[in-house]
Amino acid sequence: MIRHPDTVIKGGRLIDASGEQSGDILISDGQIVAVGQDLQGEILIDAGGCIVSPGLVDLHAHLRQPGKEETETIASGARAAVLGGYTAVLAMPNTTPTIDCAAVVREVLELGRASVCDVHTTGAITVGRAGEQLAPMAEMAALGVKVFTDDGTGVQDDRLMRRAMEYASGLGLTLAQHCEVNSLSEGTCMHEGEWSARLGLPGQPSESEELMVMRDIALARLTGAKIHFQHMSTAGSAALIAAAKAKGMSVTAEAAPHHFTLTDACCEHYDATFKVHPPLRSQSDLEAIKNALAAGSLDAIATDHAPHAAEDKELPFDQAPPGMLGLEYALALAFSELVDGGEMTEAEVLAAMSWRPAAIAGMDNHGQRLVVGVPANLCVIDPSQRWVIDATGGASLSRNVPYVGKEVRGKVRHTIVFGEVVVRDGEVQR
Amino acid sequence: MPVAERERRMSRPYGGVFVARSRIMDGEDITRALRRMAHEILERNHGSEELILIGLQTGGVQLAHALAATLEDIEDLEQHSLPVCTLDVALYRDDIGIRPVIPEEVTDIPFDLDSKVVVLVDDVLFTGRTIRAALDAVIDFGRPKMVQLAVMVDRGHRELPIRPDFVGKNLPTRRHELVNVTMDGVELGELQKS
Amino acid sequence: MNSLNAQEARDKGRSQRAHLLSIADLDREEIEELLRVTDTFVEVGRRPIPKVPALRGRTVVMLFFEDSTRTRLSFETAAKRLSADTMSFSVSSSSLNKGESVRDTIETIEAMGIDAVVVRHKSSGVPAQIARWTSASVINAGDGWHQHPTQALLDAYTARSHLGSLEGRRIALVGDIKHSRVARSNIEIFTALGAQVTLVAPRTLLPASLSAWPVQVSQDLDAVLPTVDVCYLLRMQQERMTEALVPSLREYTATYGLTSARADRMADGAIIMHPGPMNRGVEIASEVADRPSAVITEQVANGVAVRSAVLFTLLGAGRQQSSSAAYAANVSNELPIQTDSVLAEELAHAEEAT
Repeated sequence: MIRHPDTVIKGGRLIDASGEQSGDILISDGQIVAVGQDLQGEILIDAGGCIVSPGLVDLHAHLRQPGKEETETIASGARAAVLGGYTAVLAMPNTTPTIDCAAVVREVLELGRASVCDVHTTGAITVGRAGEQLAPMAEMAALGVKVFTDDGTGVQDDRLMRRAMEYASGLGLTLAQHCEVNSLSEGTCMHEGEWSARLGLPGQPSESEELMVMRDIALARLTGAKIHFQHMSTAGSAALIAAAKAKGMSVTAEAAPHHFTLTDACCEHYDATFKVHPPLRSQSDLEAIKNALAAGSLDAIATDHAPHAAEDKELPFDQAPPGMLGLEYALALAFSELVDGGEMTEAEVLAAMSWRPAAIAGMDNHGQRLVVGVPANLCVIDPSQRWVIDATGGASLSRNVPYVGKEVRGKVRHTIVFGEVVVRDGEVQR
Repeated sequence: MPVAERERRMSRPYGGVFVARSRIMDGEDITRALRRMAHEILERNHGSEELILIGLQTGGVQLAHALAATLEDIEDLEQHSLPVCTLDVALYRDDIGIRPVIPEEVTDIPFDLDSKVVVLVDDVLFTGRTIRAALDAVIDFGRPKMVQLAVMVDRGHRELPIRPDFVGKNLPTRRHELVNVTMDGVELGELQKS
Repeated sequence: MNSLNAQEARDKGRSQRAHLLSIADLDREEIEELLRVTDTFVEVGRRPIPKVPALRGRTVVMLFFEDSTRTRLSFETAAKRLSADTMSFSVSSSSLNKGESVRDTIETIEAMGIDAVVVRHKSSGVPAQIARWTSASVINAGDGWHQHPTQALLDAYTARSHLGSLEGRRIALVGDIKHSRVARSNIEIFTALGAQVTLVAPRTLLPASLSAWPVQVSQDLDAVLPTVDVCYLLRMQQERMTEALVPSLREYTATYGLTSARADRMADGAIIMHPGPMNRGVEIASEVADRPSAVITEQVANGVAVRSAVLFTLLGAGRQQSSSAAYAANVSNELPIQTDSVLAEELAHAEEAT
């Protein structure tokens, strides 16, 4: 690893899994070498009034490479990630070609190593994410892949999902599921409810998601597999997961920022920027997601960052591709919607965005406590800075941002990845 | 008329409240003027046989009916025997899209205009643009032998080569002034921005 | 990034024009005004020369991404009665898939200089999207399952011409509500005008949620029919069978079809409506469609007048300024170009207002 100059972060509120303290952090050789008062270093980062946290970890990023490099590359997605305070991202496998074999995994990791962020990748559960034949999980696991998903679609076949769970649990791997029963959701483009009725758009019921959550909980009980539920969007899903956890099952789940920020009413003007899978749900679902995050039954906040070209988002609503950006906005949205809403503390939000997702994905270098000897993957957040999200700027190659004009609180000032200051004063350094 | 539409008409640059400054004619003057105009019409057209009166919406309609009644009285005709029509020229105006034009008033021309003498009746003749629109409209309904124009007040400021045939009163005005004609009289005043 | 900025600049330069996208955008007064203006155009339609010069020099484009000869002809006739120039741009969705986007299409057409664009598309919301990309007035001629506002206006006009005010009137909408843009726009216009609307359909042909509308629901056409002033039948499409939404056409007709026996039980003076094209023998018995109480051809006839009223109101009634220069000239004039008959009218209102 390249040697970076010794860096000292001075005067921040240090928040990690163990709690909060104030002090300086000295970083050398990519590691935290001292935590205390009045430390000195070549590079000084003033963290006065700021939170210093283990870097954020995104369990759910669509980096679009290989295949759709005009909308995002691993390099550009990584830049967006570090601007958002992330030091690690987990790439989704729905690229072209699909990340479903060692060769593609190798390419993605290679590109990731050249980027500003620590890029991990998932592998597909089935070949081509077609839901027919298991992908070579062991060969991908040998390259470090720990989480497998067909994200973009769920594994529909019950027997195949059972086999996948059995196979993965034997290898100590985690399966992550995009929960959507296709027979209930095919041809739909938003949540089924008052707004889909009004707008004349085919809607999918919440049950399309919940049925698969139910099935996978049952199959996880049967097989003992570790299952992680992706982008949970309904009150029913949150309740199912809470109940499974209450029974002592080792299931984990994430929610996306848009599902605690936006509702189906946003689709009113047929702006496909608001089209996403699973769809924006009702206000009561939104409240349930917030509550489940606060209660911890939903473990993590994951962005589901999904870049799309402007011309694709200008297609008729029912034909436009689903997905919205998230990496650069997730933390501020969580602070604004969850902390300011009174549901969570800042430390709880950081738990859901850093150390808990790091644990779910098995990323040992991230989300660690701020103590001597751990890799220096950190972010410095100014929690008091208010800013208005706009569609310009940003590091992503796409601009499908549904939050334009929204005022939020909390801005990532600096991000440090393995000791390198990759974001300084809100600017990416390389 | 709905509130929204009324507000639109009352709002700038059209809106305001009419404030009368002076009374130019009273009800009796109107009646006398109508009688004189009726005589002139009969004289010019050698009787009332071929006459069709068209009152322009909205100010000319009541006058057209009053003029018809006067003509019937003079000619000793049965009441309502003279054909009286109404015409809303909104769809023929030359300022469509520039100002609010709402074609809501009744156009009712149930008679064949071919080879008839059409007398257009309006309350006030100003720029002449309404009459220009009315002429175009009338020609879409048929081919009259002749079209004549009767107005209660000619206030000048013509923008087109149009001249009335029968006038109740010539009234010199300033351009910004307004003339209000009812059967009870004529008032001169102005629109004050409310 | 540069292209994005240019695009924003283009968006910014566009003035706000009046559109007709959905009945939901209109309040009751605006609906009533459109229906009053429709009266004028019904009268114009009876003139020896059924044509007025009101929109001379204006260009109206028919942009039909989905074929509908009837609606297109109705709009074209309406525009021509106003002396507007019309252009027709028919695009099958397949050729659009080959290349040009809807946005490119509208921008290309707009570059030719147009005042209004009449849009039909099989996807809900396309007219609303187009309205964001053009400075022309956009008129929705039917989008997906969403809205068909001129159909709703002509239906309301037709119903009113038979029943007078719709306040408190009972209207049944029968059939495939879920997939019907006519149903959505008609529910909104009828309820806005004070009618009580009952939807009669199997649950499979209703939207999952009805909380958006103040309507009642019934699965019993026989119970509803004697109570209504209007029985509005929707077209039953064959493909709903293949989607297993109803067991069979036979069962649908038996349960929800307006048979002769059912039509006999309707109240005196009640009318039967249908947006066309009819499936005789499915949602409506052939004999019923030809009864005097079935006003279906009248609906078509009123379509032209309603569409003229919409075009004139959007383009001619001065809601928006066709050119800012004309507006400026007008404002600077102490007394704008106006004639005394109009002034007298204003004065009457001024008196009313004070």
